[in-house]
Amino acid sequence: MTEATVTHIGQAAPRPAGLQGIAADWSSDQRAFKNVSWGKAMMWIFLLSDTFIFGCFLLSYMTARISTRVPWPNPSEVFALHIGGSDIPLILIAIMTFVLISSSGTMAMAVNFGYRRDRRKTAILMLLTAALGATFVGMQAFEWTKLITEGVRPWGNPWGAAQFGSSFFMITGFHGTHVTIGVIFLIIVARKVWRGDFDIGRRGFFTSRTGRYENVEIMGLYWHFVDLVWVFIFAFFYLW
Amino acid sequence: MVDITPADAVPPAEVAEVELYHPHSWWTKYVFSQDAKVIAIQYSATATAIGLVALVLSWLMRLQLGFPGTFDFITPEAYYQFITMHGMIMVIYLLTALFLGGFGNYLIPLMVGARDMVFPYVNMLSYWIYLLAVLVLVSSFFAPGGPTGAGWTLYPPQAIMTGTPGGQDWGIMLMLVSLILFIIGFTMGGLNYVVTVLQGRTRGMTLMRLPLTVWGIFTATVMALLAFPALFVACVMMLFDRALGTSFFMPAIVEMGEQLQHNGGSPILFQHLFWFFGHPEVYIVALPAFGIVSDLISTHARKNIFGYRMMVWAIVAIGALSFLVWAHHMYVSGMHPYFGFFFATTTLIIAVPTAIKVYNWVLTLWRGDIHLTIPMLFALAFIVTFVNGGLTGLFLGNVVVDVPLSDTMFVVAHFHMVMGVAPIIVIFGAIYHWYPKVTGRMLNETLGRFHFWVTFLGAYLIFFPMHYLGLMGVPRRYNELTDMAIMTESAHHLNSFISIMAFIVGFAQMVFLFNLIWSIRHGREAGGNPWRATTLEWQTPETPPAHGNFGKELPIVYRWAYDYSVPGAKEDFIPQNVPGSFGPSREPA
Repeated sequence: MTEATVTHIGQAAPRPAGLQGIAADWSSDQRAFKNVSWGKAMMWIFLLSDTFIFGCFLLSYMTARISTRVPWPNPSEVFALHIGGSDIPLILIAIMTFVLISSSGTMAMAVNFGYRRDRRKTAILMLLTAALGATFVGMQAFEWTKLITEGVRPWGNPWGAAQFGSSFFMITGFHGTHVTIGVIFLIIVARKVWRGDFDIGRRGFFTSRTGRYENVEIMGLYWHFVDLVWVFIFAFFYLW
Repeated sequence: MVDITPADAVPPAEVAEVELYHPHSWWTKYVFSQDAKVIAIQYSATATAIGLVALVLSWLMRLQLGFPGTFDFITPEAYYQFITMHGMIMVIYLLTALFLGGFGNYLIPLMVGARDMVFPYVNMLSYWIYLLAVLVLVSSFFAPGGPTGAGWTLYPPQAIMTGTPGGQDWGIMLMLVSLILFIIGFTMGGLNYVVTVLQGRTRGMTLMRLPLTVWGIFTATVMALLAFPALFVACVMMLFDRALGTSFFMPAIVEMGEQLQHNGGSPILFQHLFWFFGHPEVYIVALPAFGIVSDLISTHARKNIFGYRMMVWAIVAIGALSFLVWAHHMYVSGMHPYFGFFFATTTLIIAVPTAIKVYNWVLTLWRGDIHLTIPMLFALAFIVTFVNGGLTGLFLGNVVVDVPLSDTMFVVAHFHMVMGVAPIIVIFGAIYHWYPKVTGRMLNETLGRFHFWVTFLGAYLIFFPMHYLGLMGVPRRYNELTDMAIMTESAHHLNSFISIMAFIVGFAQMVFLFNLIWSIRHGREAGGNPWRATTLEWQTPETPPAHGNFGKELPIVYRWAYDYSVPGAKEDFIPQNVPGSFGPSREPA
């Protein structure tokens, strides 16, 4: 049984399906992942490494939380917003999560339009993704400001274990940095798409290499990863 | 065994030609170069320079230990700073950078038949961030309070307290910032090495035809990409503990009669994070050495490596297992006996693939046409040293033996044998082996043999007696041992002897450095393939290899890297890019 695999340079190579296909790919020459370009492979491996960083951060936070001998602040009270006379728990974080997950949707659409060579729609959707990401970071800044005015500091807070504030600022800060970097690169790639760099083979300013519409997808991999990490941070910080 | 690889078994080109960056000026050619070969030399030179600092620090420590009370300027604080900086520089800024950044950059593209790393620009950034990390590290020598004296493991709480040199000054902060920078820089390079091996090979180069050098560097890089994150996180958290007053690692603690602000942190958490990085780090340094030494032995014994597939799987198995043993560094920190049992078991299991490798090296030598060239001498010295260090590792892997030995010189002797001397000896062997490719000239033979014998015998005479000191109970990390009951007259003599040997071995390295520089101009012309080796880096049209490595056409690989002394072949080696009809490949089917 064979299926045709299209490589990024457009050659079809027959190969067996299933486990036999994997074995055939890994025992072949030139590349182990047959239809994966260098850039995409590099992004995947970077994300694997980054997973370990977030994993270590979250495990350290969990260690601090389960080993503390003073009470841990109650997330549904701490993260509640006072709206219309009553405290609504987790409302801000629910909106933030909604915004970030939506941005994954717009990103996926941008990738789709990128492969259809629809420059206008791709660029607009990427900019929309960047805008949603920026909104997320903005709301995070609002949340930080609120907590800081209520007396939460990295070294202590009014309600219990000092590690609450330190882990919170550290982990959400590190994630927020990822989102911010993502927003910057989204804007850069969107500009390239808009200008048609990938159609005319314009070379990068620093790397002097030409890009392809696949760069949109590689950008998307990073963006979806940052969203996925947020789901874990959301679950472990706000729902626990 | 004698399958003739048909020439048409090589599939048509699939990977597009890499768009090479062509330098336009002196600056982009030699300084901000994107060529992996130039980056490799930059990495190596920087690592060697900072390594010399570590060498001087070790001399200063030996001065104090060998002749206590003689040198007033080596205060206890200074001694701790020397220990810390020596350990950190050697493990991370020298060994990791030299093996992966130096040898990885030079050898991977050449050995897999690529024009360059897959993303040369990112590769270049990797070096410059590494250089920045080194500069930050060096700057701590000139900072107020001097460098940190926390011990190379940087254990909290003492790492950031007043009594520790640099604890409440700049030392520890600069150390942590430097490590964070190193990890960022390394990640940029490491991604390149991994993707180049996986996705950038030439036609005919399957994973099971890679020289073991590439396998060692590749596996070590994958491990580094998964292990350094733990160190990164530990550094960030300790930086916050020190700079912002958080309590990730700091428990409630009284210092100089005053209760510190910290409360509720876990020092053990740091140890877990540190050693989750720290143990794989041992193999990040060892695996490239394993790979390189396999190629040196095969080439200079004119015989195919024994059990190539087993060698590959042993490398992969060691890499995977090394993530499951980290807590054997923490037996004395205390843990549940079942955990101790688990970690002792996994630790001893690593001895199995490691022993396979040692047996295979010895069996490769068995009835080989052994040329006692300088690289071969170093390779043999590596086996002897590594077996010694590995056997003491079996002692220390067991909880009940480790606990009494843990804080003695026995541990110092063990890890200097196994991850200090052994990998550095491989580095020397590798430099003598590949220097002709890098410069086009051979290193001076006489100076080389002098360097080898003094280094090998000297290093053995330094570290072997330390085992006895350790068994006597002489503690490590103490700068002053004069008034202790265990320090007998003979122990003092032994310490002085070790110190004198350390100076002699250090001097031999100056001879080596002189040889490195002198031979660039005055060495004997080497030609393209002085060792008559099979791997692709020796088959380049120019020596040293030009920009783009392989001229107009990339080589096509028809055989594995170990076709030495093939029966029926015209010469005793068949390069990897020679088609099957020139002689059979002995590649295992």
